[in-house]
Amino acid sequence: MKYLIIILSTILVNNVIFSQFLGICPFLGTSKKTSTAVGMSAAVIFVLTLATLVTWLTNRYILIPLNLTFLQTIAFILIIAALVQMVEIILKKISPALYTALGVFLPLITTNCAVLGVSLTVVTKEFNYGGVAHMLSLGESIVYAVGIALGFSMALIIFAGIREHIDLMEPPKGMKGTPIALITAGILALAFMGFTGIV
Amino acid sequence: MSNNLQTFTKGLVKENPILVLLLGCCPTLATTTSAINGMSMGLATTFVLVLSNIFISLLKGFIPDKVRIPCFIVVIASFVTLVQLLMQAYVPDIYETLGLFIPLIVVNCIVLGRAEAFASKNPVFPSLLDGLGMGLGFTLALTLLGCIREFLGSGSIFGLTILPETANILVFILPPGAFICLGFVIAIVNKLKKESH
Repeated sequence: MKYLIIILSTILVNNVIFSQFLGICPFLGTSKKTSTAVGMSAAVIFVLTLATLVTWLTNRYILIPLNLTFLQTIAFILIIAALVQMVEIILKKISPALYTALGVFLPLITTNCAVLGVSLTVVTKEFNYGGVAHMLSLGESIVYAVGIALGFSMALIIFAGIREHIDLMEPPKGMKGTPIALITAGILALAFMGFTGIV
Repeated sequence: MSNNLQTFTKGLVKENPILVLLLGCCPTLATTTSAINGMSMGLATTFVLVLSNIFISLLKGFIPDKVRIPCFIVVIASFVTLVQLLMQAYVPDIYETLGLFIPLIVVNCIVLGRAEAFASKNPVFPSLLDGLGMGLGFTLALTLLGCIREFLGSGSIFGLTILPETANILVFILPPGAFICLGFVIAIVNKLKKESH
């Protein structure tokens, strides 16, 4: 039940794009076509989950015992950069098909602020799932990361679908391209506000 | 000298990181709920941008080309941690409001972008000017958006009340307002750009 609440709240209520504003650059950058949006989503789900697992463990078993929590930002970004690089090398070796599908998106993920943002959130913020405010355990952190990644994918794919239709329309000249996309995102965000309070 | 001046001013208007180049959208949307928040975020980013540009320009002879990106990230992350600790000590209220977005300066595309495109190829002084220009351009755009959203959403600018509470359009300080407001501002910039040509 607790895990279900985390998943629902991260996908719908606190959607990473529409209410937390993390990962807007890839959201605007890779949403021109549905196929690229799907590729990016898969890469984000994969890396975000893995990165949260590794950074959570690093924080708990290295940074906290050594009293080095002020180094979180530096340590986490290096771990994420190294991890992305490693995933790229391993994928290339064991699954060339998956590599060609995700390849171009992987390097972009290092600078996706959703990854660093989620890693930092789960180790610094107290959450209130199941009545008491507490730091997230490893299991809860992973579920939180998966939920965020799914929320990101959902937002990205819906948005890409809408943008493909906008391309066929004739918006006013100054509105073409990014402005109309941003306003569409605003209306989508408005729709997502309707989920406030369900969990 | 005119060259240096150009390096400094291009970030302010012609190549404004947000309104023209569209880099660093996350903090732009998230922290512009009021003019003062937008400005603080802009200044924190400027600080990191100037220092990292200076250091990367100084170190450019020592950093091997193949591992330059990780090296840049370490330099940037160190300055971000510095800003984080300074803000926590001296302006805890603002630090609390901006929250997660202070450590996230590390992954702001503008900072890494300027390091890669400018500071790693140019001497120290122009790099400093480039960082300062880009940073102030970023601050300017954030403050502008902050002013618009604060005026529409809470009827005030920099905390000074102008409109009565009944005239507030709450949605502009909520997330959807951020997208819509940025969309319209960029549309106006596009229009002005076309007219000036």
